[in-house]
Amino acid sequence: MKKCEDVSKQLIAYLDRRANSAERHEVEEHLAACSACHQRAEDFRKLWGVLDEVPLVEPSLGFDARIRARIAEEPRRGWLGWLVPQPRLAFAMTLLLALSVWMANLPHEGTVGVTDPQDFEAIKDLGVLENYDVLSKFDALSEVPVDAAPADQQAQPVNPASDQRPTTEE
Amino acid sequence: MEHTQTLQLYGTAGVRYNVEAMTRSDVQLMLDVKAGDEASFNLLLQKYRTPLVNFLYRMVRNRGTAEDLAQEVFLRVYRARKQYSPSAKFTTWLFRIATNLALNSLRDNRYRQMDVSIDAPVEEDVAPLQLPSRELRVDEKMIERDRSEFIRRAIATLPEKQRVAVLLHKYEEMDYGEIAKILECSESALKSLLFRAYETLRVQLAPLVSESVANRAREGRP
Repeated sequence: MKKCEDVSKQLIAYLDRRANSAERHEVEEHLAACSACHQRAEDFRKLWGVLDEVPLVEPSLGFDARIRARIAEEPRRGWLGWLVPQPRLAFAMTLLLALSVWMANLPHEGTVGVTDPQDFEAIKDLGVLENYDVLSKFDALSEVPVDAAPADQQAQPVNPASDQRPTTEE
Repeated sequence: MEHTQTLQLYGTAGVRYNVEAMTRSDVQLMLDVKAGDEASFNLLLQKYRTPLVNFLYRMVRNRGTAEDLAQEVFLRVYRARKQYSPSAKFTTWLFRIATNLALNSLRDNRYRQMDVSIDAPVEEDVAPLQLPSRELRVDEKMIERDRSEFIRRAIATLPEKQRVAVLLHKYEEMDYGEIAKILECSESALKSLLFRAYETLRVQLAPLVSESVANRAREGRP
C-alpha cells in the first residue's frame, strides 16, 4: 500500500475524477486503510463546496466601452504603413549599415597603411618583388658576364656581336 | 464581415444568446481576429471578460485593479493578434497573460511596501485575516457577504503560485496540463502545489468546513 505522502499527489486528481483507474484504485485502497487521509479527502470535498460560495463579480458597465475605446486608439497601418519600417526593424537595419561602414573602413589584413610618400616609394615595387613568377624570369641575368659594363656605360647602345662572344674566351 | 448572430428566446423580452460564440472555437475566433474581424474579438471579449475579471479580482483583491488588468489582458491579445498561432489552447494563452500581469502587479505593490520576498503571502491593505470564532460560525447573522469575504481572504493568503493553481483548478476548471503550462511547471509539481494549497485552505477555512458538515448532518445529507 502507498504511503500518505505518495497518495497526497494523487488525491486531488482522485477527488476531481481526473485520475486514471490505476490511480483511483491505489488511492481508494489507501483511503480505506488510513483514517487521516480519509478524513482529509472528505474535508477537501467539503472545502470545494465552501469555495463555491464565493459569488461572481460582474465587470463594470463601462468595461466593454473602455476596452473598445482603447482599441480604437491603437495605431492602424494602412497601405502607407508598409512603406514605414517598424521601429525594431529600422533600428536593426541602421545598426547593420553602421557596422558595414565601420568594417569597410578597417585596414585589411596584410596591407600596410602608408601615408608618407618616401615610404610609399620604398614599397611600391614590393608586390613585384614578392611575385615569384616575375622573379623566375630574371634567370637570364645569370648569363650576364661578371665584368659587365658599369651602370653608366650600360646606357650606351649594346654591340650585339660582343654579346654573342663565347664564354670560353673569358 | 458580420459574425454576430443572435438567437432570441422567450419572446420579445427573452434572453439573447450569441450562437456564434457558442459554436465557433476560441482558436477559430482568434484566427478571425488575426484576419481583421473585429466582431470576433468582441465575441471573445464577451465570453471571457467575467472569468478574467473574477480571476484577477481573486488574485489582486482589488476590483478596480482587477478591471484595469483585465483591460490590459484584452489589449495585449488584440495587439498580438497578427502574431497569433494556435499552438496552444486560447485560454492557456489568455490566462498566462493574466497571471503574469497579476503577479507583476502584486510584486509592484510589494516593492512599494519594501517587501521583496517573492514567495511571501500577499500583504493586504486590510485587517489581517481573523478566523471566525465558534460563536460566529453558528451565528445566523453571519451574512453571505462576510462568508464570501472570509473565503476570498483565505485564498489571498496563499502563496502566489498556489493561489493561481487553485483559482485555475477550482474556478476555471482547467485541466492539469493547461495549468502546468501557465505556471511553467510539471504536472507532478502542480499536483503537489494543489495539495499544499488545499491543505492550507482546509485549515484556514476549518470553521466553514466544519459548519458545512454540521449543516449536512442537520439536513440529513451525507
